[in-house]
Amino acid sequence: MKFYARQAAVTKAPTGIQGFDEITGGGLPCGRTTLVLGGPGCGKTVFALQALVNGARQANEAGMFVAFEESTRQIVANASTFGWDLPALVKKRLFFLDARLDPEVVRVGDFDLGGMLALLGAKAKALGAKRIVFDGIDVLLGLLDDPAKERLEIYRIRDWLAQTGLTGIITQKVGYTEDHRYSFMQFMVDCVVVLRHQVVDGSAFRHLRVMKYRGSDFAGDEFPISLTSEGLQLTNRGPRELNHEVSDERIPTGLARLDHMLRGGYHRGSNVLISGAPGTAKSTLSGLFATAACARGERTLYVSFDEGANQIVRNLRSVSIDLAPHVASGVLGMYSTRTRGPNIEDQFADLRERVRAHRPRCLVIDPLSALSTKLAHLASADAAQQFLDFLKGEGITVVNTSLMDGLNTDEATTTGISTIADTWIHLSYVVQDGERNRALTIVKSRGTGHSNQVRELTLSDDGVTLTDVFMAQGKALMGVARWEWEQEQRAAQERTTVASDLKRLQLQVAQAEAVARLQVVQTEIDARNAEMSVLALATGSANRLLKSDQEVLRKLRHGDAEPAKARAAIKVGGRRKPHHVKTH
Amino acid sequence: VADENLTMSKPTSVVPPEAHPAPIRLRLYVSGNAPNSVCAIANAKAICASHFESRCDLEIIDLVAHPLRAVADEIIVTPTLIKLLPLPVQRVVGNLSDTTQVLLALASA
Repeated sequence: MKFYARQAAVTKAPTGIQGFDEITGGGLPCGRTTLVLGGPGCGKTVFALQALVNGARQANEAGMFVAFEESTRQIVANASTFGWDLPALVKKRLFFLDARLDPEVVRVGDFDLGGMLALLGAKAKALGAKRIVFDGIDVLLGLLDDPAKERLEIYRIRDWLAQTGLTGIITQKVGYTEDHRYSFMQFMVDCVVVLRHQVVDGSAFRHLRVMKYRGSDFAGDEFPISLTSEGLQLTNRGPRELNHEVSDERIPTGLARLDHMLRGGYHRGSNVLISGAPGTAKSTLSGLFATAACARGERTLYVSFDEGANQIVRNLRSVSIDLAPHVASGVLGMYSTRTRGPNIEDQFADLRERVRAHRPRCLVIDPLSALSTKLAHLASADAAQQFLDFLKGEGITVVNTSLMDGLNTDEATTTGISTIADTWIHLSYVVQDGERNRALTIVKSRGTGHSNQVRELTLSDDGVTLTDVFMAQGKALMGVARWEWEQEQRAAQERTTVASDLKRLQLQVAQAEAVARLQVVQTEIDARNAEMSVLALATGSANRLLKSDQEVLRKLRHGDAEPAKARAAIKVGGRRKPHHVKTH
Repeated sequence: VADENLTMSKPTSVVPPEAHPAPIRLRLYVSGNAPNSVCAIANAKAICASHFESRCDLEIIDLVAHPLRAVADEIIVTPTLIKLLPLPVQRVVGNLSDTTQVLLALASA
């Protein structure tokens, strides 16, 4: 176990080359030798020089550069494209040695590097140098013309490095065919970095691989590298573990109803994909997002791959989205470019740099699918994913548009963009009754509730609106069909209103008739009653008259009229009891 | 081995003095007592003695002792012999093991 503990103690000299220090766990082995191998144009010199310059600039370590192949003036001139300010560094902390052997020189017998190493040793002491680069050592070794002697000189350099304690970088050209001549060097040194240059479909791909690293853990895969204005950049495959910070903050989409459909807008730092057929207003939605962000004062970057910045501003103005004031104030950065070749690694490196320069909180890439045709190359698909991971790491909210005719196209899956997207909004055309209308659907939205309804997106001079889509007879109605349907509904309602009014009136008439009829009947009842009363009265008086007549008759006859009296009393009833009945 | 100025006095040249009337100035850069350097010093001295007689001024500079001289004179490998005079300046690298080639190089141009 002690053995491993000692190995872990290898100290690292950071190269400052983005990504490289990540895959090697800190940089080059301190006080040891690293061999950088590669064919012509792979970036060996840039790699070595960058490690030296970054050591001087970032770690304040003086360094030396021994150039066997190019003149030091050429090297300084070439490096001026990287903005490292070499001349200033050369004065203070860097020493360049032109170690080219004059081709005119005559060789008679064997020679060695003793003199140069003596010189470098003295310089290193004077400068306090910590790092040294031997660039293009193969050129010098070639002059020795004897493998045994070459090996001897390499060992001399290695021993000298070990003795001085300098961190050494030796670059060496290798042909495309395996070159066994110098393979011993790979065994000799502590760290081997291989750079590879490959042309696929006419486009250049550069890769870096750490082949060997004594006493240290390292990522042994081939990583894409690109040359940017800051120098060489290695794209790491993102963090081993995805643990980006997440935010619960919501930011408006720029369209109030869409915010509502997403229950509050996009998540801060999320990745939004707006897909759709050509002309479905993908750019318009992106523009809405950008203006809303700018209006909040958030720095925003609008990257376009198919339209110039001025054209975008003009087109969005037609739907009353005005980007111009934000561009003028500098809050909004516009960057329009074209995709260049199948290697989009360089393109993403370029974008990364622009993102770092503008420091946006919101980013629009319109359309990301311009790159996706190139994404068939695995390296490029990786690059896209890594770029989006980078944005996520920076907490930048990004809206990508993607040209896509259907929802389940292979394109969406092969690029992997759809899986990276946190929120996916799909825009489509619905062709119906001779017209095309735009429909908006939220395919997915991680971590937010969202409406499952299709909405109609309408663009006009007044701006962008989302309208409910009507369902009728099992169909979604849009555009004129929706308008017609609405009109028809209104007419039908009016018809119903009128019809019900009429019915009410008719009923009122019937009711009135019934009431009237009731009145007639009542009156008739009263009339009958009256008639009956009249009849009763008439009958009563007649009886009385008869009775009185009988009284009169009896009195006249002086007879006993008892039975008749009883009969008369019954006939008169309870109305008037003749008092004479009681008297008996 | 430190700086060493040697003036050879033995007149054993095969070249007639009339052909090379001008003096010859040579400077040899070596690194300590490395085998090639030791070899070159011996060879240089022998060539001067046998071919240039008293006209030859050979200066030997040890870069281990004076490393910064290498920067000024742009010396990368050792041993390096420079013919300063007569002009043009001519360089020969190596341990000077082949006398004929050394003489050819110094006489050329």
